[in-house]
Amino acid sequence: MSKKTNQALTFFIPKPGEHNTGVIYFDTGISAGFPSPADDFKQERLSLDSELIKNKEATFFARVSGQSMIDAGLNDNDLLVIDRSLTPEHNRIAVCFLDGEFTVKRLKVDGEEVWLQPENKNYNPIKITSENDFVIWGIVTNVIKKV
Amino acid sequence: MFALVDCNNFYASCERVFNPNLQGLPVAILSNNDGCVIARSDEAKALGLPMGAPAFKYKSFFKANKVQVFSSNYPLYGDMSSRVMKILSQFTPDIEVYSIDEAFLQFKGFDNYKLDAYGHEIRNRVLKWTGIPTCVGIGPTKALSKVANKIARKFPKETGGVYIIDTEEKRIKALKWTSIDKVWGIGRALEKRLIQNQCKTAYDFVQLPDLWVRKTFSITEWKLKKDLEGISKIEMDQVKNKQAIATTRSFETTLTDLGDLKERVSTFASSCAEKLRRQNSSCHMLIVFLRSDRFKTNSPQYRASRMVSIPFPTDSSLLLSTSAIRAISSIYKKGVHYKKAGVILTGIVPTYNHQLQMFSHEDARHKPLMHAIDCVNKKYGASKVKLANQDLTRTWKMRQEHLSPRYTTNLKDIITIQCQKKPIKP
Repeated sequence: MSKKTNQALTFFIPKPGEHNTGVIYFDTGISAGFPSPADDFKQERLSLDSELIKNKEATFFARVSGQSMIDAGLNDNDLLVIDRSLTPEHNRIAVCFLDGEFTVKRLKVDGEEVWLQPENKNYNPIKITSENDFVIWGIVTNVIKKV
Repeated sequence: MFALVDCNNFYASCERVFNPNLQGLPVAILSNNDGCVIARSDEAKALGLPMGAPAFKYKSFFKANKVQVFSSNYPLYGDMSSRVMKILSQFTPDIEVYSIDEAFLQFKGFDNYKLDAYGHEIRNRVLKWTGIPTCVGIGPTKALSKVANKIARKFPKETGGVYIIDTEEKRIKALKWTSIDKVWGIGRALEKRLIQNQCKTAYDFVQLPDLWVRKTFSITEWKLKKDLEGISKIEMDQVKNKQAIATTRSFETTLTDLGDLKERVSTFASSCAEKLRRQNSSCHMLIVFLRSDRFKTNSPQYRASRMVSIPFPTDSSLLLSTSAIRAISSIYKKGVHYKKAGVILTGIVPTYNHQLQMFSHEDARHKPLMHAIDCVNKKYGASKVKLANQDLTRTWKMRQEHLSPRYTTNLKDIITIQCQKKPIKP
């Protein structure tokens, strides 16, 4: 290595604006002033999705038509949140496929017997027999109403 | 160990989840534009309805046999598929989504698991949560899991939809049962050559000498042979991004005018470009093809395709659309009734690490423009912003005369539950 002792160092100083290149722009925010006292306490905003849908893959929606479940709070035009992953149990409200059509009723299990209980005094409970074409399609977890 | 989970008659099963009355009835799903049969339920297969049957030719067949016909409802099938795949990925971290209705699962470190029972658990969960019936085949290699799956599908009563090849005895029995044309990855041409060599079953195939297979065919067939022997050579494919992107359509009516065709391929190219941008890829090759109406035998038949290579990888709708238009102009022939055209993009690379070019490069203004178009279309609905060479006044509609509702992707289309029709107290 040879040292060039008699060569002085020179500096190139860019002159902003000289070639119309514009000024240097800082993209990142420069913090000034007092930091927000809420910063340490930030939380996710509430989401209805996470409240109403516990199992995304198994959740489906359906629209109610009719009033046989009105005493359970399911009225005409309400939106049902249905979770297929839940196990059908006594007293749960289920969407069933009964003899060719969808229906929603409260499940009543009495020993070996299964009844579909409407929640409207004008309707009779339905006893499920081996004659019926019957499938429990999913369990209703929430009802969404427009007011 | 590997498992192949395959949804039974997936499209028909999706329709049945939301319309259980279809259970037990023959169901057929038609391709885009209601062209031909692309999926059938077991009942429809039993009637002898062939795959690819042109819908117009089978109208009376459908009617006579009470076949329930549906236009393809891809929003529904896509959503149901993603539910199934998400559920499958709860069972192992190593999953390869092989197609819309099948996936390979790999079980590493599951030595203490009874995989047979695990298979039933997989099947039951998918069925309960989504309503989609599946078959699960389990084996020491991917190819054997595929064979096991075929057995589970063929013998639902005996297997309960799950079959595992976990002994040498079962493997040999399965291979002897599998005819060569049913082996995964054996195409028509290969099948012919194998049958010439007295190779009728998968078992005959693995009896062939390794060296001969490698010399006569290729490394792929050799890997397949090893896999069938129980030595895993076909690996899990984790590649997510598509290697080719295509938009192809049959036209509602035949087109003869070059202007119309230009408009179509421009639209196809922009829709391909959108798919490309959605997966953060660019491409440097574009193929345009067009085809006359096969069923109009009295008019001239013509089919052609043209490949255009683009000097630098791009995801710009503008550039791809111009290239597509150039390609179609070069293969267009007058006097032909065109029924189908399409745009295919290949040479796909990730957008953010492609090589820089010395002499040609993309117009830097395209990138922000495309981004803006995508944002606007996302917010205000697909195809709100179009290129000027696309038809702005007319919306080309797919023929979908038998479309079922989009039960899971549109709030207006969700199922309605009757709470009225049951007996009222006297």
